[in-house]
Amino acid sequence: MDDLYREVIIEHYKHPGYRGHLDPHDIRFADNNPLCGDHIEVTMQVGEDGVVKDARFDGHGCAISQASADLLIESIIGKPLEEVKQLNKQHILDLLGIDLGPVRLKCALLSLKVLKAGVYGLGEASDELVE
Amino acid sequence: MSLNTQEIRKDFPILQRETSDGVRLVYLDSTATSQKPLAVIEAMNSYYRRSNANIHRGVHTLAEEATALYEEARGKIARFINAPSARQVIYTRNTTEAINLVAYTWARANLKAGDLVILTEMEHHSNLVPWQMLQAERSIELDFIPVTEAGLLDLDACRTLLARTPKLVAFTHMSNVLGTINPAAEIIRLAHEAGAVTLVDAAQSVPHLNVDVQALDADFLAFSAHKMCGPTGIGALYGKAELLESMPPFLGGGDMIKEVKLRSFRPNSLPHKFEAGTPAIAEAVGFGAAVDYLTSLGMDAIAAHEHTITEYALERLEEIPGVKVFGPPAQHKGGVAAFTLDGIHPHDVAQILDKDGIAVRAGHHCAQPLHEKFGIPATSRASFYLYNTKEEVDLLVNGIYKIKKLFG
Repeated sequence: MDDLYREVIIEHYKHPGYRGHLDPHDIRFADNNPLCGDHIEVTMQVGEDGVVKDARFDGHGCAISQASADLLIESIIGKPLEEVKQLNKQHILDLLGIDLGPVRLKCALLSLKVLKAGVYGLGEASDELVE
Repeated sequence: MSLNTQEIRKDFPILQRETSDGVRLVYLDSTATSQKPLAVIEAMNSYYRRSNANIHRGVHTLAEEATALYEEARGKIARFINAPSARQVIYTRNTTEAINLVAYTWARANLKAGDLVILTEMEHHSNLVPWQMLQAERSIELDFIPVTEAGLLDLDACRTLLARTPKLVAFTHMSNVLGTINPAAEIIRLAHEAGAVTLVDAAQSVPHLNVDVQALDADFLAFSAHKMCGPTGIGALYGKAELLESMPPFLGGGDMIKEVKLRSFRPNSLPHKFEAGTPAIAEAVGFGAAVDYLTSLGMDAIAAHEHTITEYALERLEEIPGVKVFGPPAQHKGGVAAFTLDGIHPHDVAQILDKDGIAVRAGHHCAQPLHEKFGIPATSRASFYLYNTKEEVDLLVNGIYKIKKLFG
């Protein structure tokens, strides 16, 4: 019907492969999108070599926010943390394969903000992390 | 007399537009802000084309015209809510600023640590946060009239709270999420018996119902122009004269003074005491024009039309499997239908409806605690005003079926 709701997005929203919570974990962070109350938690296990061994997300929100979280987690498993730190907005847009307006961009970027705030050990998932 | 919606729709230029090629706008977001009739747009336009000048003190023709227009509008607004006099109507930026005015002046002059302020669980953030800020500063106590599962205020619990002799009872006349029309006159009567001052957040009621401040016996009542066919940037605070007169001023500056010396000032009389600086003059003119427009149609006819649409909308929405509408049944409710759709986030609902030109709002609608109470992060909200039709409700319902199909 519409680019925004491509099949891949609906599919990852309805049947996420990486929803869950890792315990034990090396990194955990959670935050909200204050505009709409979407919530994302990310937990990660990181090997001694600095590579992401496993990761999961949990939370609630719209199809865009949850599908991008699923796609993002899928994309970082097996990657060195140093590489994860470099990920930005474009990475998410590439994963989704769509263009987004300013409001929905916030939904799409929430998981990356949370992930990077966790990786950097910050207290807050700020916009600057994904610019 | 019933409304001729087809004629009314012609008064609103924006309703003629399309949101994309061949897709007509279906505007179901009037609870956030209403659309503006040509009469309001033209009144503001004409003010800027013919009469623009700063008000008060000027003696030239334009200044006198501008002042007269600004004050005439105040008179119209006062008559619209049956205020005893225009000097009891203070222009503010909006409802939020009107509530803050009371919190910063009356409350700071009258409340001390330990004093109780009663609010409700269905308040908009604008009637929560100013009191939380005061609590942080003054250690006042806050308590809340609970909302029942049916979406009504629990009046028995209200009576129990009132036994604790609150200083202020501040509550919404009509919930912007549940649509609940609260029994304002009764709550005010009970609050007065308990010795409390009352503040009514009338942002949703004044645009949709016949509101009479004297019949309600409200001490303070706040509302915004933009939700009642007027412009953004202007609202009003009504207050009882003796309260307004005893209150310290709000913002300091020009116009709110009688006399200024280097080290002191004397405040102006009502209503100017609370209107520092050059106000939103064109917007005041537009506010007056909006009141004229609504008056010409009749608030009772508007309320009756909205009731018909709301009843129909609730009936149609509730027949859709997976839809849950929040709030009381139509007889206790204004033109608001906040709903969830099983398994589909409200943002997705709003976004997909937008493709069909249907404007609804998604989120917590500035009433986060109320959503938490019902255990949901967000709702989609369709709201109705004098220009909405049953056909538009049908388009909304068809849109929801399309979403269900897409998410399969």
